[in-house]
Amino acid sequence: MNEQYLHHFTVVMLLCFISVAHAANSDPIIGGTLIFGRGGDSIGLDPGHEEDGESFKVCENIYDTLVQYKDESTEVEPGLAESWETSDDGLTWRFHLRKGVAFHDGTPFNADAVLFSLNRQHDPNHPFHNVGGPYIYWSHTGLAEIVDTITALDVYTIQITLKRPYAPFIYTIAMTPFSIVSPNALRKWKEDFTNHPVGTGPFKFARWDRGDKVVLEVNKDYWGGRAPLDRIIFRSIPDNSVRLIELQNGSIHAMEFPNPDDLPQIREDPALQIIEQPGMNVGYLAMNMDKKPLDTLKVRLAVNHAINKHDIITHLYQGMGVPAKNPIPPTMWSYDDSIEEYTYSPEKAKQLLNDAGYPNGFDTTLWALPVPRPYIPDGQALAAAIQSDLRRVGINAKIVTFDWGTYLAKIKNGEHDMAMLGWSADLGDPDNFFYYLLSSEAAQKPAGNIAFYRSDEMQEILVQAQSITDQAKRTELYKKAQAIFHRDMPWVPLAHAKQIVIINKKVQNLKLHPTTWKYFRQIWLEE
Amino acid sequence: MIAYILQRLLSIALSLFGVSLLVFFMVHLIPGDAALIILGERATEDALVELRQQMGLDQPLYKQYGKFLWDLAHLDLGRSFKTNERVIDEILRKFPATVELTLAAMGFSIVFGIGAGIIAAVNRGKFWDYMTMFGSLAGISMPIFWLGLMLILLFAYTFPIFPSSQRLDVMLDLDIQHRTHFYLIDTLLAGDLVAFRNAVSHLILPAMTLGTVPLAIIARMTRSSLLEVLNQQYIMTAHAKGLPKRIVILKHALKNSIIPVLTVIGLEFGYLMGGAILTEHIFSWPGLGSWLRAAVEARDIRPIQGGVLFVAWIFMMVNLIVDLLYAYFDPRIRVGGAAV
Repeated sequence: MNEQYLHHFTVVMLLCFISVAHAANSDPIIGGTLIFGRGGDSIGLDPGHEEDGESFKVCENIYDTLVQYKDESTEVEPGLAESWETSDDGLTWRFHLRKGVAFHDGTPFNADAVLFSLNRQHDPNHPFHNVGGPYIYWSHTGLAEIVDTITALDVYTIQITLKRPYAPFIYTIAMTPFSIVSPNALRKWKEDFTNHPVGTGPFKFARWDRGDKVVLEVNKDYWGGRAPLDRIIFRSIPDNSVRLIELQNGSIHAMEFPNPDDLPQIREDPALQIIEQPGMNVGYLAMNMDKKPLDTLKVRLAVNHAINKHDIITHLYQGMGVPAKNPIPPTMWSYDDSIEEYTYSPEKAKQLLNDAGYPNGFDTTLWALPVPRPYIPDGQALAAAIQSDLRRVGINAKIVTFDWGTYLAKIKNGEHDMAMLGWSADLGDPDNFFYYLLSSEAAQKPAGNIAFYRSDEMQEILVQAQSITDQAKRTELYKKAQAIFHRDMPWVPLAHAKQIVIINKKVQNLKLHPTTWKYFRQIWLEE
Repeated sequence: MIAYILQRLLSIALSLFGVSLLVFFMVHLIPGDAALIILGERATEDALVELRQQMGLDQPLYKQYGKFLWDLAHLDLGRSFKTNERVIDEILRKFPATVELTLAAMGFSIVFGIGAGIIAAVNRGKFWDYMTMFGSLAGISMPIFWLGLMLILLFAYTFPIFPSSQRLDVMLDLDIQHRTHFYLIDTLLAGDLVAFRNAVSHLILPAMTLGTVPLAIIARMTRSSLLEVLNQQYIMTAHAKGLPKRIVILKHALKNSIIPVLTVIGLEFGYLMGGAILTEHIFSWPGLGSWLRAAVEARDIRPIQGGVLFVAWIFMMVNLIVDLLYAYFDPRIRVGGAAV
């Protein structure tokens, strides 16, 4: 008996020690100011109107959404809504709101606030519909078309009805532009609300010196528990090299967008750490299937075999990108890793060209991306590399480029043979890639589907995947879509650019989110 | 004199009208649809139509220009399409940062430029002449972004003496109330000497970067102008009177050789007032230059138009002031075109 007690005692003591030691390692330190260096300033802080990453980066920490993304995943979890359910036909969504939450200005959060925040975006007759500019995300995510009504059933229940079943809805409504704002503050500031944002989030707005910095203070009464940091300061430091020097000097704690050439030096710096994650984006070379000879499958496959993708990505992205084989990135659910990519083989390419009736190759145009985008950092260099690979198999590609606006206009109008473009998703649903980039509907000019790939089979699957809510079935459908894509190959999928943040090692628990939204509520600073 | 100033102001108004035509059509003639550039990959036809409508781009050009002029006559530069901020407010918020930097850069370049010019002229053909002229040639030839980065590397990284960006350490700035947006004045008003010293130290590297080219030009101009005057007979007379060399140079020669230097200073000053785009970019200086650059990148039409007009206006005003200063330095110049 005694022995048994002793044994129990030892085990309990050991467990205590382990938990103490564990706590010492991971208990966040409360307090401190995190200074985050970025390339540019926010444009506005009214989430409904914004559309750029620098604005959302700040908004994410001031506001909450009904449901929110889990850490490092595009799955959703309860936010301002504690729970939700959907009707069998997928048309009615009911959200049960969290009680006892207050906005930073002290006014209570309830169904009225949700109605106000969402109906101002949706209802053209809402008194605030025309205040502060267009609601860009509400229309471009399709919610403007899909949502029918938004109503309150009682003080803490919201019901949203849709015009057609739309499975990505719950992932869409988790996005920052659909944050819940304080109606009181909006009525007070009107258009100027963008400079005086009030939400329910883990941090409150304190100050904004445009072009210079945004300051947020911790919200001690946050419903999810106070964030460890006392304050976050977002500083705009446009020059990449200077931003790095500031990080090395210790005057900022974290930064984005280093020069690729600086990465080796950063890896050697003992005070710094690189945090990276494959981003939710894809850079691709679209082959215009309305043009000859790219309408021939064998020719498209030949182009895929002709380009030495892995070499190009290694050199051009400096480790900041991974080669792509599917239209969606590996971080997206339903990604099919079993697809075998078309490997680099000039011989195979020549053989395919021969079979297709082009033994001597052909002349074509290769449209080079004129500006650096997250998914293709240097379009001109990429074009040169692709051009020389193609020449090796007899394809003579002339590089064409225009300024960004003209470039977009012309490729959306289908004037190109082969053109580079890409897509960055900020919403965790494969539909966001597939439907906009590869559906037949998107092949209407001005097109999002700039390969002008029209497959009834694909279209059918994509529409079906939109209308059912069963995640397992949808995964099956998107896997099928990837297989069809792989069979028809309207693109050369090039790369998924990684998302990179460089931090001072004092910064703890910074997690990157695939959507590139940046949440600071869990970060803390070591002494 | 008053008639002269009025005449000049009228000509400034006319020039501004010309500039307004230029900036208006410049923005509209560059290829690429502004709405498409703003919407990027995500542009749908509906969104484009709506945006063009909101930006007024669906109207015929002459109507757009008419509206632009009408607003201008009411001193309304419109609102930025991107930020929805009033352009005039943005300009007034950014301008003090640019003025502060320009004054510091010009102070640096005038003091060292005239000093170097005098040393070179007095030691004509000797070691110091060659040294200063070589230095100024290097100064003129140096690309600003390179110089800025080198200064940062040297004085902010290798030897961390000066800060490399922005106007004030961010933590100090939190306690300062910005009444005038001139940080040197605001920190003094707050009675915070630590912050004042910090603001000064923030000015040093960007001022040196921005001031180097004007410094070099001023030095060369001072030298050649001073040499010309030093060869004149009244200088010889002054020497013959037995006046000390220092007095002859600083009092007799310098004042008479300053006019061409003044022209250069005026031009450079007006030029820098427009916001030094590269310097402001490198040092994250939130001034007019970096603001305009962002507007051009975003094809944000109203800020580009308003900003360029404002810069043109400042440039003309500075030139007017310089012309008036001529009269002070050289009584032979009579205002109203009756120069001898």
